[in-house]
Amino acid sequence: MTRQRKAVALISGGLDSLLAAKVIQQQGIHVEGINFFTGFCVEGHTHAIRQKDRSRVKRNNALWVAEQLGIKLHIVDIVEEYKDIVLNPKHGYGANLNPCLDCKIFMVKKAHEWIAENGFDFIITGEVVGQRPMSQRKDTMPVVARESGAEDRLVRPLSGRNLPATLPEREGWISRDQLYGFNGRSRKPQMALAEQFGLEDYAQPAGGCCFLTDAQYAVKLADLWQARGEKQYEMDDIMLLKVGRHLRLRPHFKVIISREEGEGNFLQGYRKQYVSLLTTSHAGPLALLDGTVDDDDIALAARLVARFSQGKQAERVELTVTALDGSQQQLSVKPLTAEEIPQEWYI
Amino acid sequence: MSPVIVDARRLLCPMPVIRVQNRVKELPPGTRVEAICTDPGALSDIPAWCRINGHKLIETRTEGNEYIIVVEVGEES
Repeated sequence: MTRQRKAVALISGGLDSLLAAKVIQQQGIHVEGINFFTGFCVEGHTHAIRQKDRSRVKRNNALWVAEQLGIKLHIVDIVEEYKDIVLNPKHGYGANLNPCLDCKIFMVKKAHEWIAENGFDFIITGEVVGQRPMSQRKDTMPVVARESGAEDRLVRPLSGRNLPATLPEREGWISRDQLYGFNGRSRKPQMALAEQFGLEDYAQPAGGCCFLTDAQYAVKLADLWQARGEKQYEMDDIMLLKVGRHLRLRPHFKVIISREEGEGNFLQGYRKQYVSLLTTSHAGPLALLDGTVDDDDIALAARLVARFSQGKQAERVELTVTALDGSQQQLSVKPLTAEEIPQEWYI
Repeated sequence: MSPVIVDARRLLCPMPVIRVQNRVKELPPGTRVEAICTDPGALSDIPAWCRINGHKLIETRTEGNEYIIVVEVGEES
């Protein structure tokens, strides 16, 4: 009896990986999904933090895709291992701090390890030749297969006909005729195939689902590395970069100011790790001071935070300063004027 | 038998799901797991994860700012 062949599909939550998995599933292959959590994933976090976003329907797209396909999904936390990819990408960064090629190689490598451990036969990705400027080019797609170690056990069903035959094709586990020859940046072929499969309501993340492709986020991350004098980060750092206004008042410290209630609640969770400021005489934001600060720094930050409170026009604004040991002191400051806040402070 | 507690407070999606998933892998079928979360996304994500991976959702409830999701480990965990 022929053995049931099994494949694991890299599921991002977007349309391409959904279609790729579906194409292989339709060839009678048992497919399960794998989703990697790097810490830089866009989806979820900002929804969870910002109050105004909570009114929108919230879903994890990778779970949603798995449910549409009727497959199991394994979510893997790679936050720690992924640091080396972000900090030392062998193939360099894209337009921002996005190490897309190294990232894809790493994820396929992890999937390759996973199939070996779990008795699966091959890997599916939603890659399309020419779709992305760095990781999905005709010349870089073989690099992903080679450097990940997956070699010809890596199948790209949406572009399979444009690529050399893989092991599952040669062995007759899947038919090359039922793969596709998509090419280039157009999304029309994918949308047509989605329609053919009767799929609606799929996610269409513009520019991908990773904060590292976001120019503003990349500037904040580069600022963090510069201020600390080393390229390093912790999970809390990358979470905080997604929240609030960030203003660097002095080279050795910056202020993170919540923009609304949800962000304020989120920042509350960090009050034991950072000196914090909260206006008391007027409604206002919660702010964290990132860096080692002295009394002058705190006073300057307090004037800035007062500017972002309801008391920005008041003569004086009262604030509570909470130190790292939990001790508190009251400050009364004159809010900065708009002219006193240089544009360069904004990160 | 009291449920196995997974404390996922202050964690944002998808970390609560990952915590539950990794704990469930270590437990025999029929065991109940109670996840305590502060990300409201867990109210939809953990039930979705249960549906696709063959686990049984027992209940979801809100207690103040916390969301409690009780799951029973399925046969094929």
